[in-house]
Amino acid sequence: MTTLTEAVRTTATGEKKRRATRMLNRGSRAQSTYYWMVWPALIAFAAFHTLPMIIGIFFSFTNYAGYGEWNFVGVANYLNLFRDDRVLQAYGFSFLFAIVATILTNVISLTIAMGLNAKIRARNFWRGVYFVPYVLAILVIGYVFQFLFSNSLPKILSGIPLFAENILTNPDWAWTAIVALAVWQACAFSIIIYLAGLQTIPGELYEAASLDGAKPWRQFRSITFPLISAFFTINVVLSLKGFLQVFDPIISLTNGGPGTSTESVTMLIFRGGFSGGEFAYQTANAVVFFIVITIVSLLQFRVLQRREADFS
Amino acid sequence: MTTTTTTSSQEVAATPPPSRRSRRRDADDDTRKVNWWATALIAVCSLTVLVPLYLAVSVALKTPEQVANGTGFELPWPIRLENFADAWERTDFPQALLNTGLVTVGSVFFTLLTSSVVAYALARNLHRRFFKGVYFYLLAALFVPFPIIMLPLVKQTSLLGLDNQAGLIVLYTIYGLSLNVFIYTAFIRSIPIELEEAARVDGASTWRVFWQVVFPLIGPMNATVGILTCVWAWNDFIMPLVVLTDPGARTLPLAQYVFQGQYNTDYTVAFASYLMAMAPLLIIYIFSQRWVISGVTRGSIK
Repeated sequence: MTTLTEAVRTTATGEKKRRATRMLNRGSRAQSTYYWMVWPALIAFAAFHTLPMIIGIFFSFTNYAGYGEWNFVGVANYLNLFRDDRVLQAYGFSFLFAIVATILTNVISLTIAMGLNAKIRARNFWRGVYFVPYVLAILVIGYVFQFLFSNSLPKILSGIPLFAENILTNPDWAWTAIVALAVWQACAFSIIIYLAGLQTIPGELYEAASLDGAKPWRQFRSITFPLISAFFTINVVLSLKGFLQVFDPIISLTNGGPGTSTESVTMLIFRGGFSGGEFAYQTANAVVFFIVITIVSLLQFRVLQRREADFS
Repeated sequence: MTTTTTTSSQEVAATPPPSRRSRRRDADDDTRKVNWWATALIAVCSLTVLVPLYLAVSVALKTPEQVANGTGFELPWPIRLENFADAWERTDFPQALLNTGLVTVGSVFFTLLTSSVVAYALARNLHRRFFKGVYFYLLAALFVPFPIIMLPLVKQTSLLGLDNQAGLIVLYTIYGLSLNVFIYTAFIRSIPIELEEAARVDGASTWRVFWQVVFPLIGPMNATVGILTCVWAWNDFIMPLVVLTDPGARTLPLAQYVFQGQYNTDYTVAFASYLMAMAPLLIIYIFSQRWVISGVTRGSIK
């Protein structure tokens, strides 16, 4: 079980974790020192995290442009969002991107993690190699990928029209290049999580299974996958949430283009809110986005958790 | 989850030399035959990681003509090191490196100091309503996407004069709190309280107990939180992009922006600059690879 899984679970279900607590002065008020340890951080957190959020929600009911005067406009911003093609397109792109990237990330990293978990030569070296993308700024390595897609691949794969004409300028397929970059980086972290999960499975289980004549695929389905399902849950939830908010890979590869075909919700909020004079409108967009992300995460947890086997 | 699993996994996690452990396992426990198919698969797939890195190095060492006439993958010869000198000047590399270094070191330092203290107070009082409330409040914030606070935050930071490196340190320290408190709390709760009681009997105050007894014991988690914060602060793009206003304060990822637009075709210098931006963290990683990986793993797995 992972700490993060538990975090999401406890917040999602409000389930109280019961534990035998042996405390010094149980029942009475805590020492004032403990309060002093928490208050400053709590105030700072509220001031820089919760307060901007509340201000944002407040302004989403106005017509504030980011400067000058403003008036209340009720829920007009929210209604307009649903009629705005650019917004709908950004949501469409973000979801398409996030779903494809999540599936690819998890399939690839689980495969690689199983390869790393097998008895292979120089395992620690390979593990180190696969983790390298984690320490690289995705924006910077993204520029390298941009060169790869716009300069190298058109020359190397000149026989394939899709690549020969620079996939990044293709309105229909540019998003796949962004998926490639995002998956490339996200796999580093997922592989490590899956690997840690795989190492918790005792080898005897596989020995017993092969004695019973179970083929590798059957072993994967009946032993490996059920036993790492908690890791699967956390990886899927975290990657989907991260991918929905995609920003850096787009900036480095297409900058939202061609046109607005690869514009994600985060990017739209950034662009419209800062340079488009749509402060209030885009905060309304952000509020909707927040609600969407929360619902998606909670739904995923409900669905995935039901599948999890409980062997503990 | 039982207490036994928690402690045993922590003992495993806390054992620092993984090299010896894994070598022993390879030698004794793991009696399987070497799986050459898996080795081959892993080796081939690792090319996807290595090829972009090779491309970055190879282009950075070329002349513009070599790049224009090739795919970028040819071996760079003759090597052109002036690219690095050009990049150094054009991105004002020392300044950007200093900014990023300052923000990263500052964020890690203040994060370690504050998150651990908060987590300690919460962990030892989770049965009380106030502390439990704070704990769940911080946890719930994990679900808030950055875009919703981004626009108002920028107004707030510029109003408070925090649209600079110091502001970034403050923000990383505060925004990291949610996850870090969570990572620390689980660990601190597994430390036997008897250790603290013994110190208290000797008359130590709560602060003293924390600094002298608890803080040294949570070393592994400090490493984890430190690594996560360091990688985040070093590589982050969107926060510096929206918060910083003075071009002199820009961080390494932001400095790479120079090469978009007017110098668009100047790939060799740009790639030299990308390499220099990635190199510091990459080099640190190469030398502390096992430590970094085990640190990150420990943060996500209990």
